[in-house]
Amino acid sequence: MARMATTRRVAVSTIAAWLCGFLIFFPILWMVLASFKTELEAFAVPPSFLFFHWTTENYATVQERSDYFHHALNSIIIAGGSTLIALLIAIPAAWSMAFSPTKRTKDILLWMLSTKMMPPVGVLVPIYLIFKTVGLLDSRIGLVFILCLGNLPIVIWMLFTYFKEIPRDILEAARMDGATVGRELVYVLTPMAIPGLASTLLLNLILAWNEAFWTLNLSTSNAAPLTVFIASYSSPEGLFWAKLSAASTLAIAPILVLGWFSQKQLVRGLTFGAVK
Amino acid sequence: MATRQTQFLARSLLTPAVGLLFIWMIVPLALTIYFSTLRYSLLDPGSEEFVGLDNFRYFLTDPAFLASLQNTLVLVGSVLALTILLGIPLALLLDQPVIGRNIVRLMVIAPFFVMPTVSALVWKNLLMHPVSGLFAWLASLVGLTPIDWFNDVPLFSVILIVAWQWLPFATLILLTALQSLDEEQKEAAEMDGASAVSTFIYITLPHLARPITVVILIETIFLLTVFAEIFVTTGGGPGLQTTNIAFLIYSQALIQFDVGSASAGGLVAVVIANIVAFFLVRIVGRNLEA
Repeated sequence: MARMATTRRVAVSTIAAWLCGFLIFFPILWMVLASFKTELEAFAVPPSFLFFHWTTENYATVQERSDYFHHALNSIIIAGGSTLIALLIAIPAAWSMAFSPTKRTKDILLWMLSTKMMPPVGVLVPIYLIFKTVGLLDSRIGLVFILCLGNLPIVIWMLFTYFKEIPRDILEAARMDGATVGRELVYVLTPMAIPGLASTLLLNLILAWNEAFWTLNLSTSNAAPLTVFIASYSSPEGLFWAKLSAASTLAIAPILVLGWFSQKQLVRGLTFGAVK
Repeated sequence: MATRQTQFLARSLLTPAVGLLFIWMIVPLALTIYFSTLRYSLLDPGSEEFVGLDNFRYFLTDPAFLASLQNTLVLVGSVLALTILLGIPLALLLDQPVIGRNIVRLMVIAPFFVMPTVSALVWKNLLMHPVSGLFAWLASLVGLTPIDWFNDVPLFSVILIVAWQWLPFATLILLTALQSLDEEQKEAAEMDGASAVSTFIYITLPHLARPITVVILIETIFLLTVFAEIFVTTGGGPGLQTTNIAFLIYSQALIQFDVGSASAGGLVAVVIANIVAFFLVRIVGRNLEA
């Protein structure tokens, strides 16, 4: 009796969960399907779900007409560059706060967090004017710089929460054995910190890849990453749906894969360790 | 000796990060404050003059400000309500024994990883287009008149898109919290004959109070500055119907080139965000003690 109830419960919750999952995922699925249709079919009423003429020509056209890879490369450089620089600045800072905390460490951490709370639009005007004056508008360096600073607090926080979990006894043992601080960092801490570093890197890549305030406002063509390139499809023409879908599918595919790997760390990183 | 050396090292490792963030925080903010006291138009360079608080008076009494403040509040409030009211049952469902739970989880979390410009355009065109969108077709199937989403209910359309993007975030955080809930406590309650509903109200919900607060605060910070979704779908219109504070400031700065007024608006946005940030920092700070 109890067993049957459990089986039924599993069946019901399974069906309900798959239904919800499918509904939430549907817009993405629909977009991927549209990317394999011809423009006419993508726009057709009634829509065809699976039985249409599958084609990959949109993917070819997107590259030919719009220099897709130029923008993809910009995305890689901007997201990758800002993440790496942020890590280089954040690792020593987080290490120092996790292992040599002082009375002010907590205040410093919270202050860093508060800089992330500043709405970007509050400083849009000065940043835009500074960029204009020094010629950084529509430059990759400028965007790397801004995204790096924007995400630095999250990177430091994530690393800090990971570093704090490294048992201190190990450090003391290393110190007893006469390891210098430098050696301690390279041989003891780094290997133990690699999982945390990897998750931080991943999450920050995703955030930087999808960032769409500074990229939209500070770049137009040369340095424009995929966020800006996709936005250029917002003109009201309905006849580019298949190409929009193809470009979008390419733009989100890599990050979707990375994101699925990092879902556990996502919670931690985005809640600043408040929910684990 | 060694400790002093360590301390010195620790401090010098911390300095670059603190210094950079300090500059990042203080320089643009100081400039925003400075610009907000000037009459300063990019169309008329060299004519800057000090006008005191005129920009604030102008910005705060501009009917566009009140409209956009209202839109901002409606947008933030609706998205919060949707993501939490849908996120709780969804998280509870995913916490059940479900066959293929990992795959369902992946499907649920996916929208969070889609860049805002893509989600906005896919929704606007493929789903919400009044003639060829999927919703229009669905409506015609059941004999309803298709809605012209971005003309008839523009703000609601933006809310739907943004809620779709943030529902995974709320669900994932609530699910993570649910999974850390002590199973024994729930079982004990069931043994004592507590119904599923009262177990939920007296055990699960209190356990979720903190994660819900965290979701509210973090989402609020991001939702206050929703920009790309409006930028690519409605451009703030029709009229001012989808202009939020962030978009208003953007259009004053980079469309009307009114630096002074946009800066005053920027400071207003900073103040609003700081009120939220105050509470979030306190909650996170409390967690830091533990």
